[in-house]
Amino acid sequence: MLKRQVIDKGVHSGFLLIALFSITVLSLIVLFLFKEGIPIFEYVSIKDFVLGQYWYPTDDPADFGIFPLILGSVSVTLLSGIIAIPLGIMTAVYLAEIAPPKVAEIVKPIVELMASMPSVVIGFFGMVVVAPFIQQLFNIPVGLNMFNASLMLAFMSIPTICSLSEDAIFCVPAALKEASFALGATHFETIVKVIIPASLSGICTAVILGLSRAIGETMVVLMAAGGAAMIPGSIFDPVRPLPASIAAEMAEAPFGSEHYHALFAIGMVLFGFTFIFNLIADYISYKFRQVGEASL
Amino acid sequence: MNKFIKLIVVLTAFILITSSTGIADELVIKGSTTVLPIAQKTAEAYMAEHPSVKISLSGGGSGNGIKAIIDGTAQIGNASRFIKQKEVMLATGKGVYPVPFRVALDAIVPVVNNKNSVADLTLDQLKDIYLGKIKNWKEIGGTPGKIVVVSRDSSSGTFGVWKNLVMKKERVIPSALTVPSNGGIVQAVAGTPGAIGYVGLGYLNSEIKAVRVDGIKGSEENTLNGSFPISRGLFMFTKGWPKGETMGFISFVLSKKGQSLVKEAGSIPLF
Repeated sequence: MLKRQVIDKGVHSGFLLIALFSITVLSLIVLFLFKEGIPIFEYVSIKDFVLGQYWYPTDDPADFGIFPLILGSVSVTLLSGIIAIPLGIMTAVYLAEIAPPKVAEIVKPIVELMASMPSVVIGFFGMVVVAPFIQQLFNIPVGLNMFNASLMLAFMSIPTICSLSEDAIFCVPAALKEASFALGATHFETIVKVIIPASLSGICTAVILGLSRAIGETMVVLMAAGGAAMIPGSIFDPVRPLPASIAAEMAEAPFGSEHYHALFAIGMVLFGFTFIFNLIADYISYKFRQVGEASL
Repeated sequence: MNKFIKLIVVLTAFILITSSTGIADELVIKGSTTVLPIAQKTAEAYMAEHPSVKISLSGGGSGNGIKAIIDGTAQIGNASRFIKQKEVMLATGKGVYPVPFRVALDAIVPVVNNKNSVADLTLDQLKDIYLGKIKNWKEIGGTPGKIVVVSRDSSSGTFGVWKNLVMKKERVIPSALTVPSNGGIVQAVAGTPGAIGYVGLGYLNSEIKAVRVDGIKGSEENTLNGSFPISRGLFMFTKGWPKGETMGFISFVLSKKGQSLVKEAGSIPLF
């Protein structure tokens, strides 16, 4: 073979190895998670673990029911999604379609600056500033609750959703937009009926990435959600999402005890959630993808 | 030639930085946030007297402290409760023999917000509040409002003692807020008018109001004469009998000077 072909093959193999490295690391993490998490199921059945209503891991006898924790995570993520999704998508539409270029140049970096704020600062802000504020505003007993955590999580998800949606909207072919204008539609009608459906695949991916960031976020929920392992009755109830439980209890669970395995099992559940989110994101982006380009 | 000089400078700096960490003796102390103020004051005084020793201190709760000495990540584990039977079995299973040293006495005082008019509660009322049977302040003579129960998370020794002495091993209601330290309780109770919590003596300050239990005030004399019902010892555990700097530090804490620092930190000295 020619020397150039050998070098080419070498480069290909090199890149393959580097890609395999990421896959290897991820599979090792998943393997370790399952290896340390499965032993809890010798102690408590899967059904009791996932649907059990009491989380008292240090009691004698211990109770390992994570249903309140799962509900806490799901409710906080849903509520933050309800706040973040409209705000994120509308900001993206504004930046991509409506803003004059000079304004967009200023607003876009500021939105991306929101993304770079450390989560512990946001959690601290939620705990110290937002909590007393909503306590007084809504006249509720305590300000560390689901609503507080959702607000802070929405603050973190909006830049993610906005950036990715804006890129998706920007990538809609100009020909589609011009065809819509040529047929007499107003700018607003074009945005709602042509541009957003065309970029739906990208927007859905952005939304799901934002949500999966919210479900895995630890520091914010540890500081601002209240830490009560109960099934929430209202949006002003304190909750204890899954990552907050792991973070709060990992340091004291003796290595190899049931509590330790239970915490890894919680990690497995969390991993399952993000895995399902990613599968849904892939499916949606496949289903709504634009085929063919509307050009001459 | 220039590149060569730069290389020499970088290598020298690297060697200096990495070697300086090996010179000092290091003592790692982890565990209870109740014992933390005592450990802080005594560590500072000890490091002033022994400049070659570096003491690093962190909180995390009594459970963390005991686990740290079992796992070998700390030399001293602070605990505001005695070691549990399960922990002893885990330790001996790993060949570790934890040695307790009682360094101070303490009382756990229930606290409420400054705006709360309640000043006295019985032990049974405290238990019922934390069980969730009493939900509103008007049931115990305060201004009507929902009782916000604030507790510690499971790694806390303060929580362990509260559970034994007040809850009589029954479970705290799941809707209780959990905070990770004594300081967290002070912050939560100070900021929430309807809140109730519990802290060690060293954390009482003007932001929160202490409540008498069965008419007895939580104070040094009431703990020493045994009348205050929620009293306990504060411990430092070591892995096996302490040697070297660990022994030096523990002896310092148990000396007259160390005990006067215990008093400064707000807890009750042994003598």
